Amino acid sequence: MTAQALSHTETPTEPRRQAARPSDQENAPLLEIRGLRKRFDLSGDFLEQLRFKGGRLVRHQEFVHAINGVDLSIRRGEALCVVGESGCGKSTVARTVMGLLSPSAGEIHYDGTRIDDLSPKALLPYRKRMQMIFQNPYASLNPRMTIQQTLEEPIRLHHPDWDRERVTAKVREVMASVGIDPEWGARFGHEFSGGQRQRIAIARALAVDPEFIVADEPISALDVSIQAQVLNLLMDAQQERHLTYLFITHDLAVVEHFGTRVAVMYLGTVCEVAPTRTLFATPRHPYTQALLSAIPRLEDDRPQPIRLTGEVPTPVNLPSGCVFHGRCPHAEARCRREVPRLVAQADGSQVACHGVEEGRL
Amino acid sequence: MSTPSSSPAATPAGGRWQRLRDSYLWYSFKRDRGAQLCLATLLALVGMALLAPWLAPTDPYDLAQIDILASELPPFWIDGSDPAYTLGTDAQGRDLWSIILYGTRVSLLIGFGAVLLQALLGVVFGLLAGYLGGRVDALLMRLADIQLSFSTLMVAIVVGAVVKATLGGGFYSDYAILMLILIIGLAEWPQYARTVRASVLAEKRKEYVDAAKVMGLKSRRIMFRHVLPNTLSPIFVISTVQIANAIISEAALSFLGLGMPETHPSLGSLIKAGFDYLQSGAWWITLIPGAFLVVLVLSINLLGDWLRDVMNPRLYKG
Amino acid sequence: MALLEVRDLDVRFALRQGEVRALRNINFTLDRGERLGLVGESGAGKSVAAFSLLNLIAKPGYIAGGSIRFDGQELIGLGERRLRRIRGNRVSMIFQDPMMTLNPVLTIGEQMVECLKAHRRIASREARAIALHKLQQVQIPSPETRLDQYPHELSGGMRQRVIIAIALLLDPDIIIADEPTTALDVTIQAEIMTLLLELCEKHNVGLILITHDLGVVSQVTQRMLVMYAGRVIEAGPTREIINDPQHPYTQGLMNALPQMATPGSHLNQIRGSMPPLSQLPSGCAFHPRCDFVTRADGSERPACSRQVPDFVASGNCRVACHMVAEMLAQEAATEEDRP
Repeated sequence: MTAQALSHTETPTEPRRQAARPSDQENAPLLEIRGLRKRFDLSGDFLEQLRFKGGRLVRHQEFVHAINGVDLSIRRGEALCVVGESGCGKSTVARTVMGLLSPSAGEIHYDGTRIDDLSPKALLPYRKRMQMIFQNPYASLNPRMTIQQTLEEPIRLHHPDWDRERVTAKVREVMASVGIDPEWGARFGHEFSGGQRQRIAIARALAVDPEFIVADEPISALDVSIQAQVLNLLMDAQQERHLTYLFITHDLAVVEHFGTRVAVMYLGTVCEVAPTRTLFATPRHPYTQALLSAIPRLEDDRPQPIRLTGEVPTPVNLPSGCVFHGRCPHAEARCRREVPRLVAQADGSQVACHGVEEGRL
Repeated sequence: MSTPSSSPAATPAGGRWQRLRDSYLWYSFKRDRGAQLCLATLLALVGMALLAPWLAPTDPYDLAQIDILASELPPFWIDGSDPAYTLGTDAQGRDLWSIILYGTRVSLLIGFGAVLLQALLGVVFGLLAGYLGGRVDALLMRLADIQLSFSTLMVAIVVGAVVKATLGGGFYSDYAILMLILIIGLAEWPQYARTVRASVLAEKRKEYVDAAKVMGLKSRRIMFRHVLPNTLSPIFVISTVQIANAIISEAALSFLGLGMPETHPSLGSLIKAGFDYLQSGAWWITLIPGAFLVVLVLSINLLGDWLRDVMNPRLYKG
Repeated sequence: MALLEVRDLDVRFALRQGEVRALRNINFTLDRGERLGLVGESGAGKSVAAFSLLNLIAKPGYIAGGSIRFDGQELIGLGERRLRRIRGNRVSMIFQDPMMTLNPVLTIGEQMVECLKAHRRIASREARAIALHKLQQVQIPSPETRLDQYPHELSGGMRQRVIIAIALLLDPDIIIADEPTTALDVTIQAEIMTLLLELCEKHNVGLILITHDLGVVSQVTQRMLVMYAGRVIEAGPTREIINDPQHPYTQGLMNALPQMATPGSHLNQIRGSMPPLSQLPSGCAFHPRCDFVTRADGSERPACSRQVPDFVASGNCRVACHMVAEMLAQEAATEEDRP
């Protein structure tokens, strides 16, 4: 008896999603991030900053440099995945885009309008168009609210003119669309399993019919069998509602499956942006190569992972030049001195690496 | 589209009563004799205080019912007692049982009133400080520090002196209950503010608050609709302790003559009134109201301890 | 004789809702130097299994029955003192969160020396030398300085190396590693796993690796157990299970991986989620989620919802599934007809 005898009758369906939906604004990006920087002050209030140094009172400030000059653009209908290891600033990018953090420098444009400096009131129409899905389904639902209340809230806020019946009908529709029985509205979040909670959180994001969704590690807190369910749900929603995704994850297998394009981040900078297939076929940046080789694969004849030396520097004391030079096997003097810029390559990818730029890699 | 096959935990949506009966709170209450006893005692005392006009044989506020000749009569188990006065009489000939009932009423009223005021101020300030952070936080918390550096006693003396000087002693004793609620309420709000602030700081990092922000909700709504309901458990726990504290504070102030006047006594002023007669043998005027005060405060405190143990998530792992 | 032999291990939790059976009928053996993987989703009981091996189950859990024999000695019912002689000394543990093992107020060196002195009569200077040697073995850069550093001064990957060094300190026979790299980044995870594998091979140390990551299991272990709802449902050589899973749940887990589907297409998901241990369905715990409850010809297989499946041997693997048992029986029947 073999696995074939047992395997699912389902045949692999054709890839159903297209890279980008053809539309009039195909060339204009839906979201554009320009020169984004974000630093967090570690040193507390003014009194705590004062230090004695060499007999003099000096003001001492320390910053975490979470994002250092990130440029990204997301086209309508695509799923841009941002990958990187913890502390690389990928979540900070997501939170800054959604206005949960204000950038220290740089601009964020949504559909041609700059949104990072808008007042909460002026931002409200954009809140309806952009929504967010969070990582932890155990913390993202208010424990004191029923599912019905949780889902009604955004609808009532953005459609104040709707009557009760219409709101209820919308809640039922959106619950059904994520696979949650609409009869369960009177229950509280803690009565559901992790996967079901994440479905409810997705329903909350979809309730106001957004066109753009930022998903911050939406499946990493879930079990393997549930991850597939939620990922399928997100892909269904994208197809049915023509959504654009900014998808933050550390899981490269998910990226390969889900993303149209991939941006790889390291220590607050983007080191490579490429169409998914290109990136997985021919990773250019040394860090991307190391990252790809480190995925645990089921096959046992794979090559050994590329061993990086050294430790990840902290974002408090950023290294000079290329932030990766301390761990890079190809680093040269120029890498330690000069910050590399994203340079477009022939295969459609953009790589920030002196070695690639000079043609020695 | 997939449908989840397992339904959420098999509780039917059965309303609040059902939820309470399923809760850990109810479960541990059922198993804890001490907590049951404390709650029963507390409810009995509160019930007695509420029903004082019907339970008390005489009205201690009615001067016409007072017989000065019947003063300092001992309670029933001592020779020389008068069967009309079960627990004896005080120095002015008032029935001690009646006046304790009315006194408990005054003590509880001040306790609950003061805590209500503390909670109102403390919760609002704590919520603002914790949620908004930055300068608002710094300002409110320094205010709290300053407030805490004055003892309740000092606030009482200052307020009492100012009111008496400006509005007259008569005004002060007429509105003594209100004054005491105000003094104790103002003196102890920082306890609430600190507790609330700490749990707001923990709650506001959770993702449901971010989700509410992303939705576009106004800060005020997020604070009161989302964050506040999730900080209620610690507020609940601290309230029991604070009620006991407020009753003790009131008793202390009254004992020092800064609280309720003897014409309208609380348990504290009863203790004080009887204190002068302790040496002359009429110990019951002090000790019986004293026992009531101890039982009242003890049952509230023990109930608070139990509640804290039950609600402390670090101890409770279901 | 196997170094570790677990038979019919039965662990229960006495909760207020009643007694919950966290582990039922766990059977496995581990030879000297062998590497065994325990795979399952959260709540499947794989961590409980690891903790119960050293009788580290915290109240309200307790071991209700079965036997754990380590090097010929029965561990269940053994006194705390004698257990402690085995724990850390001959069997050591690595946890997911390094800070669970490391004491934040002691330096790395102090902790290692303390650990050595607790189990051996040894001079401080000598203990320090051993500690240094172990740190060198786990390839920590500048190990001399690390000895005098506090845990918070090290990065996550370095802390996990220290943990491995501590686990190796007393030259144990078995290391139990509970999700040792889950909290780490992919590149660091690869380094740590490679290191652990090399050290186990070099010193002939047995490894019980608990993880939810099929990729990690397939690279590190020789044999694996798949757990579902407190039971082992499939056991056998890792390669064979990965290449040819028999149990529908194992198949489902493998097929649900994004690597197994064409990019952009639907993933092959398993419906529903694992039931809580207090609400297990009757029969096979997996049957409400299983696609093979009905036979290929459309008829029901009633045993699935009525009877807990027994293990059947399929090649080198053991599988607890009615469907597999039925197919094997049919195959055996046709074999018999043939001659």
